[in-house]
Amino acid sequence: MLRDITLGQYYRTESVIHSLDPRVKLVATFAFIVSLFVANNFIGYVIAALFLAMVIYLSKVPPKFIFRGMKTIFFLLLLTMVFNLFLTPGTPIVSVWKFTITQEGLKMAAMMAVRLVFLITGSSLMTLTTTPNHLTDGLERLLRPLRLFKVPVHEISMMMSIALRFIPILMEETDKIMKAQMARGADFESGSLIKRAKSLVPLLVPLFISAFRRANDLAMAMEARCYKGGDGRTKMKPLIYEKRDRLAYLVIILYLVLIVVMGRILF
Amino acid sequence: MSIILDHVNYIYDEDTAMAHAALIDVCLNIPDGQFVGLIGHTGSGKSTLIQHMNGLEKPTSGCVFYDGKDINDSDYDKKSLRAKVGLVFQYPEHQLFETDCFKDVCFGPKNLGLPQKEVELRAYEALKQVGFDDEYFYQSPFDLSGGQKRRVAIAGVLAMKPEVLILDEPTAGLDPKGREDILNLISKLHEEMGITIILVSHSMDDVANYVQRIIVMNKGRVAFDDEPKEVFKHYKELEEIGLAAPQVTYVMQELHEAGFPVDTDVTTLEDAKNEILKAFGKC
Ligand SMILES: Nc1ncnc2c1ncn2[C@@H]1O[C@H](COP(=O)(O)OP(=O)(O)O)[C@@H](O)[C@H]1O
Ligand SMILES: [Mg+2]
Repeated sequence: MLRDITLGQYYRTESVIHSLDPRVKLVATFAFIVSLFVANNFIGYVIAALFLAMVIYLSKVPPKFIFRGMKTIFFLLLLTMVFNLFLTPGTPIVSVWKFTITQEGLKMAAMMAVRLVFLITGSSLMTLTTTPNHLTDGLERLLRPLRLFKVPVHEISMMMSIALRFIPILMEETDKIMKAQMARGADFESGSLIKRAKSLVPLLVPLFISAFRRANDLAMAMEARCYKGGDGRTKMKPLIYEKRDRLAYLVIILYLVLIVVMGRILF
Repeated sequence: MSIILDHVNYIYDEDTAMAHAALIDVCLNIPDGQFVGLIGHTGSGKSTLIQHMNGLEKPTSGCVFYDGKDINDSDYDKKSLRAKVGLVFQYPEHQLFETDCFKDVCFGPKNLGLPQKEVELRAYEALKQVGFDDEYFYQSPFDLSGGQKRRVAIAGVLAMKPEVLILDEPTAGLDPKGREDILNLISKLHEEMGITIILVSHSMDDVANYVQRIIVMNKGRVAFDDEPKEVFKHYKELEEIGLAAPQVTYVMQELHEAGFPVDTDVTTLEDAKNEILKAFGKC
């Protein structure tokens, strides 16, 4: 059940998307998210869907694996839809008691659902095809200009890479502790809400202890290797753009232009 | 009350590029009261296998029977199964969470829905069985030494009064004294309570002195399954799969090759000593 959370997990395989420079993928994800909010008509979403489908195909990540992550945001999705459905003012279609479904609400709910699904798919695709280390390397490079304003770019990206690195480890740990407590008769799935919240104590206490222990060990190991922040630090594999990366940028620009133009033509 | 595994296969992360067969066509029959050693190199599937025995993992294909019933039937009561087949995970001290040791041991029996009196009685008995001192009963488990923590964790499973006790590498990370203490403790549990014990380890030396039967795992398959002395005869094959027979076996084999009339089947240090003395006494 915990393995269903795909956000922040890397899927190891070889593909064009995997081998792209992480900066390209970060920019592409950002552009994609922006495009979702720029697009405000049906055609725009069709283009976004096609773009997404193409990237998924190229990435060789099985769609099943990508959409498994969708289960975890199902409630968020439902909530957004319900709110939009009932709380958008406009032309009423049906009305039950105090609740009215409007035409605008229906449209809005559908749009938000599509946006949310695309947004999650797009960003999980980035983490699925990029190792956490690569990702933060890319982020560090992209944000480097901010150093002029005294933003600790290196430290932030180091913190991020550690956090990302620890997601799968802590998930595995959770799985193990959960099983160990289940072997002692613990029940995480049934009972009232209060009972279920209580049943988390035997899981959370060992998990926190283990997280602190790991954090402590890591800090020690970093110090033992003379880590002292970003100043004067060099990379073993510096990021360099290649032909495929420039090509990818071109595709992204084309995609953005297409979305914007489609918006203009139709309205 | 035997455990039977019938052509069990298990694949981790099925349907992904990371799909990985951890168990391949495993067939086992573990009768009541046996003391079994489950040996294999790291990653050979030992932990995966034992998690099938109390229903924490479900076979990708094949069946697991306990007491003649398929434990993966939808109407099978998994919770009562887990009380009967007690599983002590590797590094069990990592699962302790209560403010004192006694409360932590109460967790298992409490989950079985027993009355408070019975819960406390069982916790007391279990802590006594693992040789835990009264004076530490109400201490935080986090202040104890590694070996003591492990005893508390084992007591936590014993308190459910299992019919089968499975221990995953119970000696991992302990010093030699701690290892011997834990192994003696397990052996004592087997003798006194007559329960089935499955002891998982990657060291033959750990189990050779205690168990009646050894199951050797290699890359998800059962490689050998026999009495210890029969398994150790394959010491050359064992080396190929990253294991070794107990040191005693090597000494006896070499003595035998050098022409001394010793019995190469002995597995314990004590028997080996007697054999060697006998052989040299004759010379
Ligand atoms: N939660 C898991 N997800 C994916 N693969 C796993 C998981 N647990 C174990 N494995 C893999 O299954 C195989 C058997 O592991 P395991 O049963 O832990 O072996 P052992 O206990 O003998 O060291 C190993 O190759 C391991 O990498
Ligand atoms: Mg193991």
